[in-house]
Amino acid sequence: MKSKYSIFSLARNAKNYHKDWEKAWRSPAPKAEYDAVIVGGGGHGLATAYYLAKNHGLTNIAVVEKGWIGGGNTGRNTTIIRSNYLQDSSIAIYELARSLYEGLSQDLNYNMMFSPRGVLMLCQTEHEFRAFKRTAHANRLAGLDCRMVTPAEVKEIVPIINTDPNCRYPILGAYYQPRGGTGRHDAVAWGYARGADELGVDIIQNCEVTGILRDGGRVTGLSTTRGEIKTKKIGVVTAGNVSTIMDMAGVRMPIESLCLQALVSEPIKPVIDCVVMANTVHGYMSQSDKGELVIGGGTDPYNNYSQRGSFTALEHTVTALVETFPIISRLRMLRQWGGIVDMTGDRSPILSKTDIEGLYVNCGWGTGGFKAIPGSGFVFADTMANDRPHKIAEPFGLNRFAEGRLIDESVAAAVAH
Amino acid sequence: MLVVTCPVCNASGDETDFHYGGQAHVRRPATTDPVNITDEDQRDYLFIRHNPKGLHFERWRCDRGCGKWFHAARDTVTMEFKATYGITELPPAELIKEAKGPWADYFKKRLKEKA
Amino acid sequence: MSTKPYRLAEGGSRIDRSRKVTFSFDGKDISGFAGDTLASAVLASGQKLFGRSFKYHRPRGLVGLGSEEMNALIGIGVGSRHEPNLRATQIEIFNGLSAESQNRWPSLKYDVGAINSKFSRFLPAGFYYKTFMWPKSFWKHVYEPFIRKAAGLGKAPEGRDPDTYEHMHVHADVIIVGGGIAGLTAAEAAASTGTKVLLCDENPVLGGIADLTAGMIDGECVADHAATVAARLAALPNVHILTRTTVVGHFHHNYLMAFERVGDHDPAILASGAPKHRLWKIRADKVVVATGALERPIAFANNDRPNIMLASAVRGLIGRYGVTPGSKGVVFTNNDDAYLTAFALKKAGVTVRVVDSRARPDGALVKRAIAEGIDVNLGSVISAVEGTSGVTAVKIAAYRRGQGRVITEKRVDCDFIAMSGGWNPALHLWCHNGGKIEFDDSLQSFRPKSHTDNIVAVGAANGTMSVEATLVEAQALGKKAKKFIVQEPERGASESLWFAPATGKYNEGNKHFIDFQNDVTAADLELAQREGYESVEHTKRYTTFGMATDQGKTSNLNGLGVISEATGKTIPEIGVTTFRPPYTPYSFGAIAGSLTNDLFLPVRRTPIFQWHSDHGAVFEPVGQWRRAYTYPQASESKHEAINREILCVRNKVGLLDASTLGKIEIKGPDAAEFLDRIYTNTFSTLKVGKCRYGLMMNELGFLSDDGVTARLADDHFIMHTTSGGADRIGAWLEEWLQTEWTNYKVFVTPVTEQWAQFAVAGPRARDVLSKLGPDFDISNEAFPHMSFKQGHFGGYPVRVYRISFSGEMSFEVATPANFGQGLWNAIMEAGDEFGLSAYGTEALHVLRAEKGYIVVGDESDGTVTPVDVGMEGMVSKKKPDFIGKRSLEQSFLKGPNRKQLVGLLTEDPTDVLPDGAYAVAAVKNKPPMEMIGQVTSTYMSPTLGRSIAMALIQNGRSRMGEVISFPLEGGKVMKATITDTVFYDKEGGRIHA
Repeated sequence: MKSKYSIFSLARNAKNYHKDWEKAWRSPAPKAEYDAVIVGGGGHGLATAYYLAKNHGLTNIAVVEKGWIGGGNTGRNTTIIRSNYLQDSSIAIYELARSLYEGLSQDLNYNMMFSPRGVLMLCQTEHEFRAFKRTAHANRLAGLDCRMVTPAEVKEIVPIINTDPNCRYPILGAYYQPRGGTGRHDAVAWGYARGADELGVDIIQNCEVTGILRDGGRVTGLSTTRGEIKTKKIGVVTAGNVSTIMDMAGVRMPIESLCLQALVSEPIKPVIDCVVMANTVHGYMSQSDKGELVIGGGTDPYNNYSQRGSFTALEHTVTALVETFPIISRLRMLRQWGGIVDMTGDRSPILSKTDIEGLYVNCGWGTGGFKAIPGSGFVFADTMANDRPHKIAEPFGLNRFAEGRLIDESVAAAVAH
Repeated sequence: MLVVTCPVCNASGDETDFHYGGQAHVRRPATTDPVNITDEDQRDYLFIRHNPKGLHFERWRCDRGCGKWFHAARDTVTMEFKATYGITELPPAELIKEAKGPWADYFKKRLKEKA
Repeated sequence: MSTKPYRLAEGGSRIDRSRKVTFSFDGKDISGFAGDTLASAVLASGQKLFGRSFKYHRPRGLVGLGSEEMNALIGIGVGSRHEPNLRATQIEIFNGLSAESQNRWPSLKYDVGAINSKFSRFLPAGFYYKTFMWPKSFWKHVYEPFIRKAAGLGKAPEGRDPDTYEHMHVHADVIIVGGGIAGLTAAEAAASTGTKVLLCDENPVLGGIADLTAGMIDGECVADHAATVAARLAALPNVHILTRTTVVGHFHHNYLMAFERVGDHDPAILASGAPKHRLWKIRADKVVVATGALERPIAFANNDRPNIMLASAVRGLIGRYGVTPGSKGVVFTNNDDAYLTAFALKKAGVTVRVVDSRARPDGALVKRAIAEGIDVNLGSVISAVEGTSGVTAVKIAAYRRGQGRVITEKRVDCDFIAMSGGWNPALHLWCHNGGKIEFDDSLQSFRPKSHTDNIVAVGAANGTMSVEATLVEAQALGKKAKKFIVQEPERGASESLWFAPATGKYNEGNKHFIDFQNDVTAADLELAQREGYESVEHTKRYTTFGMATDQGKTSNLNGLGVISEATGKTIPEIGVTTFRPPYTPYSFGAIAGSLTNDLFLPVRRTPIFQWHSDHGAVFEPVGQWRRAYTYPQASESKHEAINREILCVRNKVGLLDASTLGKIEIKGPDAAEFLDRIYTNTFSTLKVGKCRYGLMMNELGFLSDDGVTARLADDHFIMHTTSGGADRIGAWLEEWLQTEWTNYKVFVTPVTEQWAQFAVAGPRARDVLSKLGPDFDISNEAFPHMSFKQGHFGGYPVRVYRISFSGEMSFEVATPANFGQGLWNAIMEAGDEFGLSAYGTEALHVLRAEKGYIVVGDESDGTVTPVDVGMEGMVSKKKPDFIGKRSLEQSFLKGPNRKQLVGLLTEDPTDVLPDGAYAVAAVKNKPPMEMIGQVTSTYMSPTLGRSIAMALIQNGRSRMGEVISFPLEGGKVMKATITDTVFYDKEGGRIHA
């Protein structure tokens, strides 16, 4: 048993200058065989492993990660957590995730700082306003705690916002999820890793998968840079690199890998206590507990595995936010970076069995995967353990692309007459 | 920001002067065979994409130049454009040889059809 | 000593002692000289304290000389001109400058937050991951608000930025980044070949640290040589020099961003109308990284006390500003370079001692120091520092490499320390776009290795530390190299010193700071290793080392050294964290440039825009357009105005500016066949002079656009699209022609802006047009509904479409855009006697809803097929292929329970269903409830005197007459009967009037 983290253990360890803390997770060598192997040590992969062990008693399992855990999009995103989607199937998984986030620090005994500070989605055209009103009705009847707010309320929640009615896209109102918010992204990966490790899961870093071994229509194991690993169940959870891994098994994916960028400002005293998303102008912003403004926008259009995006996309985002929050003009950008996001044809995720027995895939979270981590891990673990889609995962199967059963969250096809 | 050169009008410009059009050489089954298309054919056409880490073949349009669509071979890691070529053409032979994975399979099939 | 003990009696290459400059710092007036930085002027005034650290609020002073400064972060300006977190070392003072220290309360000297320092033992790296979890609700309500109070360094400005920013776009054959001796030499060499050279340097003066460098070039000291070269470059027509300009990022395809501080150093420049900052967007054939090197601090116990500086910074303060940090200094080094600081101090009359961790250094400078009688402690380290808000003494202890703790110490009084742990090539720019680096044992640092871009590194940035070798390397940019005679002191080897031991172990309460601003100590880094955060990226994120506003410029390598000693791995095995742009932070204002306010996104205006404005129109943004929403008159409310406009169309005649409607000319022998592929319905059968409404799907089978297309000739059509869809559909047509049906002979030409187009709608529409003097017959017989004519209305050339989106007799009149306002006026005038009134987009929407006409984007949302909206009849069964046809066959699109478009009439006719309201299968007390569909359009119809709505309801068309329920916010349930979608003039007689 690991020693529990608490104010008391901190105080106890302080006596000895913190020399007695044990490793948050072990660094084991891969065993010859596991009951299941998760490929990809990001948030979704680690959460899957944790729930496989915790909910399904599968403890002879491993997570293999080519780099360091949490080093992909988990450690690169802007940490927005919300569940106010339009389609029922999206609401189900994102709300499961959000509600798990509420108790995650306690569950994992690792403070991932879920901060339900509220998420405001601005309405800046009549069309957008109507679309969010519709979402608000759907969310209310689904049982979410969300509401439309007026421009005056927006100003009250975010005093630095530009509510000039004569600006290019005046704020007509906003859609507000008070229980949405942010979390500490690295801590989600580390907390799940520590939790899974305690339950016996091997977390194997610096271990790149080079092949998926098959016996006819079923998987038998993996070849990796650290040797062959036998297993009958493989869960591929590798986000931007999912096509590369699935190609090894001959499974073609409806995925393109694009670059999504984010940036932070220098730390300043708090000026914004919620998350603001301005979809018409393509930008969103919150402020971390360190004081940095955390900013994101849209993806570059073309396939990109470099983790470095185009300056144009970043300029577009910053311009939108200077327009939305004029005071940031004199503040400075401290750091920018990019991640490889896996975009599906309908921009909704894939949680699915495949035509190959024992091969499962969890991907396609695109630009919004962080908010889904606990829910995704929870239902994907269930899907893998029982070899059938969890009820919430069912709509997200690969078969939807052949059936035309798309899950489209981009409500507006065109602008009105 | 990438520099793109149009093979039709030879204009070079920033990527913002061009429009990215996704994977190249996607064949629309309905054009040639509107009747016998399976759901899977249609899925492959609409959604399944080559997504290689490395050499990729894609479509661009010379948006603010001549307006023509063209093909490009680009490395998705280094961002280097290896070649651009006509919208109805196959890539240069040496790049077809360099292609890997699903792209290699695709070109093998295409060349066989041609022959 | 004079009244200013820290300002030396003479010296200071950057300052003009004849020009006094007065500014305020924390409310106190301070004087310096023109050319001073805030750092040098404040230090000269005797103040050592510049700020407080982030976590422990420890008092901090200056460390560096330029952009590497991590402690002395200052806010300048007031109100909307406030700017936080600037480095005191880069702020050039001017009269009236108002500066303040940050992250302290109530004052810099007495800071309540310093209590954190007392509890630091309980606050190791990552402590917050281990606590603040109980009780659960406390994170939101207690812990986080408390932590947020402590967040941030400086404060944000108040209000909109009054200054301006701009972008410059430039192509360069060669960009040289850094104007030190390497960059200057490279620039001259490159320029000699006739290429266009852009030279950028972040400092106000070129030369880099030539003035801090020992040696002679062709008989001149290095600084003089640099000044000579700089002067020559300034005279060359093919060299453009930008000072105060930091190249902040290198991106794909040799694209670079340079941040120029145009007016920060002189308010007169800003007052003249110049921008505050300018962002240079540079595309270069070749990039030359001549960014020099950054000096490393040394990690020793309490190495963060004010007046502990980098050796180069101390040397620079003396040489550039005639300022010394104190009167008795200790130079602590592991290399030869810092001896130059000892000589500079001695020359300035400051008592100095050198503590050198190397037991037997043999370089020329060491020998000279000993020969000059400077006290040198070889094989020694500083093991302790006394003093809190400054340095009062150090303890010096004998040291052997690798020793974990020291045994005996000797106390030496001093009031400042100049430290040098060696020099790191500034690799940031090299690495931004994926340059590879390698560890160099002799440098004890990384240097450039390889790059896939056309980029080279020269001089110290390339790990080349000698002047002579730098000159050779930099001249490779030219065709032939000039031979310089260089004299420089022979350098002895440096030895790594990742941290200096104290009497206790470094992880037993000693504070060896690695990352000063974020308060990360050697012990924190070791703790991260012990807890398994072994990847250097994990260590960084767990401890926040390297994540402060200096982005680890001076701290990264020391951190790697500590990790190396803690784990036994070599530094190259540990690796480095990613170097991410920017090199130094730059303003969001510069990134946005002039694209703010009115220029944020240009507004598209129709030719009638000014008229709308002059006649009180309320506008709404539609795509990039602004369209007139309604025209309230006098005391009318918007709602009243809309109702008046609607009734005017129904009863008299209205005029709508429909110029935003997409218009695309389609011409060529295959035009008709092409349209058959594009639309769901058939256009090849359309007769010349006739119009037809068409539906478009995307390849997924979902509605994507609609509009009326007229046939002008056998081979000539004009297509109308939605306003928002015009550009998209234009590009889409072109794409299909060029990439799929390449054999079609068709030209597609978008002409939206070329035509002004107005709807004249209402029972008196023909009367109005008749008065305009048409040169063709507009009678119902000659010009029936869904037909097209062109000719003239008086002097105006017109294309007239007899089409209707209101359900009334209606003519859409198009005229070349420059005739637009004239024709509009003529129609207004002609319509006067018939009671004509302009109507806006909202009236348009109500009118069309009364008639059950759909709006793509309202009735459809990207998941709706033509069949869903009841337009199955418009989907051709005969055509072999058109876009989207095959997808309609996919099982889900043909499946049961699809939502279908229906009309709704509320039980209470005064109830207007809210936009987007959902109907449920059964009303329950509380959610969740099963939803069966949603309202797509909903209005109070002034024509019918009751509310109407359209909705997409599961199997709606088979549920006619059924009453369904909409549970609304607050518990109210509205009930509505399902009807068909046409509420007004079901027979359609009015259109044909």
